[in-house]
Amino acid sequence: MTDSTQATVHASSRVKRGLADMLKGGVIMDVVTAEQARIAEEAGAVAVMALERVPADIRRDGGVSRASDPDMIDGIIEAVSIPVMAKARIGHFVEAQVLQSLGVDYVDESEVLTPADEANHIDKWAFDVPFVCGATNLGEALRRLSEGAAMIRSKGEAGTGNVVEATRHMRSITGEIRRLATMDETELYAAAKELRASIELVREVADTGRLPVVLFTAGGIATPADAAMMMQLGADGVFVGSGIFKSGNPEQRARAIVEATTHFEDPAVIAKVSRGLGEAMVGINLDTLSEGEKYASRGW
Amino acid sequence: MSTPSTPAPSPANGRRRWVPGERLVGRAPEPTHADGAPTIGVLALQGDVLEHLRALRRCGANAVEVRTTEQLAQVDGLVLPGGESTTIGKLLERFELMQPLRDRIGAGLPVFGTCAGMILLSDELDQDRTQPLIGGIAVRTRRNAYGRQVDSFDTHLEVAGIEGGPMDVSFIRAPRVQQVLDDRVEVLASIEDHPVVVRQGHLLAAAFHPEVTGDDRLHAAFVAAVERSRIPA
Repeated sequence: MTDSTQATVHASSRVKRGLADMLKGGVIMDVVTAEQARIAEEAGAVAVMALERVPADIRRDGGVSRASDPDMIDGIIEAVSIPVMAKARIGHFVEAQVLQSLGVDYVDESEVLTPADEANHIDKWAFDVPFVCGATNLGEALRRLSEGAAMIRSKGEAGTGNVVEATRHMRSITGEIRRLATMDETELYAAAKELRASIELVREVADTGRLPVVLFTAGGIATPADAAMMMQLGADGVFVGSGIFKSGNPEQRARAIVEATTHFEDPAVIAKVSRGLGEAMVGINLDTLSEGEKYASRGW
Repeated sequence: MSTPSTPAPSPANGRRRWVPGERLVGRAPEPTHADGAPTIGVLALQGDVLEHLRALRRCGANAVEVRTTEQLAQVDGLVLPGGESTTIGKLLERFELMQPLRDRIGAGLPVFGTCAGMILLSDELDQDRTQPLIGGIAVRTRRNAYGRQVDSFDTHLEVAGIEGGPMDVSFIRAPRVQQVLDDRVEVLASIEDHPVVVRQGHLLAAAFHPEVTGDDRLHAAFVAAVERSRIPA
């Protein structure tokens, strides 16, 4: 899309990926009301994720989970000056069109909502608004990039307060990148086949040693130490969903997670901000969840 | 513009073939700085720190991250990166960096801010929201002046003092100057009469992100300014 003024271009990959670059080292918080959005901004969040219910409540209540009410999203956009993201169902391109028309800054095509298409993700190149997508491994991340995603996050297991799946996904993505970086040209073709990703993308990752977009972590982060651990594992930043507003003292916990993410390599800072935070969200052990209850297996 | 001592990293499309054995040693090394090169910090509380470190290294500087007052004390110049200005401002206060930084700016530390960095260097904001600012450039700035993310854009822009034609730049949820408050402020570039690159003494600010486009000419000019500002040993 070109503006009437010459040489001015909107919605390039550079500005789509660029916004995610500006979020690096920061924390993006799930919020369900304008009041929570203000608390998140005050705590130092770099962006908020607007959704109808936090993942822990989606798990508890069940039912079909969809994109949020436009009134709620408008209210959150009005309440804060930081970027506002919102979730659309996997494959639900009309929900994404609606979110774009509302002026959200990023759309999360999210496994936390009930998928709307069991074969296809949204064609994200067709949009001016950039997309973030979840991934459990490098192949999945590269397939989302091929569809036009401008930012990747680990899926983790949302709404559990248990970081184990986010750890697995971060280690899987970064480990596979390191493996590609040691391959010769010939081996990359077999790797591309194995990853079900294009050779061009695979070669780019092998050459640069990282994804061509920002990689955040998400799914189960509940404490400052969880956030710092994900950063030390190679995340560029952190999404926190239920972990903040399902805890005893959301304001203080939100601040502590922001500060631990900045000083992720300084245990003294992490210790200091972790004191007296009150109750963390209760959390769920993953082996008590059946396969059908795991959101990370949604998406293909 | 100074010449980097080793070639820039491979182009983003990744088409470059590796020299045999090269991949086994890992990524192409960052350009190394010469002895006596200025040490320039990038405020690393949040934002696109890596892109600025790389741009500064391509311009021959010894680029380092700054998160603490000790690190701040060791730099000859400082870059305030792109990011979220509310987050960076709050963290400057919480980690007690705000006053030490203002003190060093008062003592002549050269500072270059992009996007969020321009907001932080502004004396005033146009909107009525309150957020911590460093200040130093006498301008009133409007955050998100061009709209939301779908209104972000790439363009080419002539900048006074930058030779070699218009700069290739990205404006991402960018601010702009609504009003210049003091005639010591030099306007180096404008879009539709709104300043987007300003300088006041040793402080330089741009509303866009030269660090994401690979057009390093403003960084090179800043590195040169830091070199000039250093007190001869």
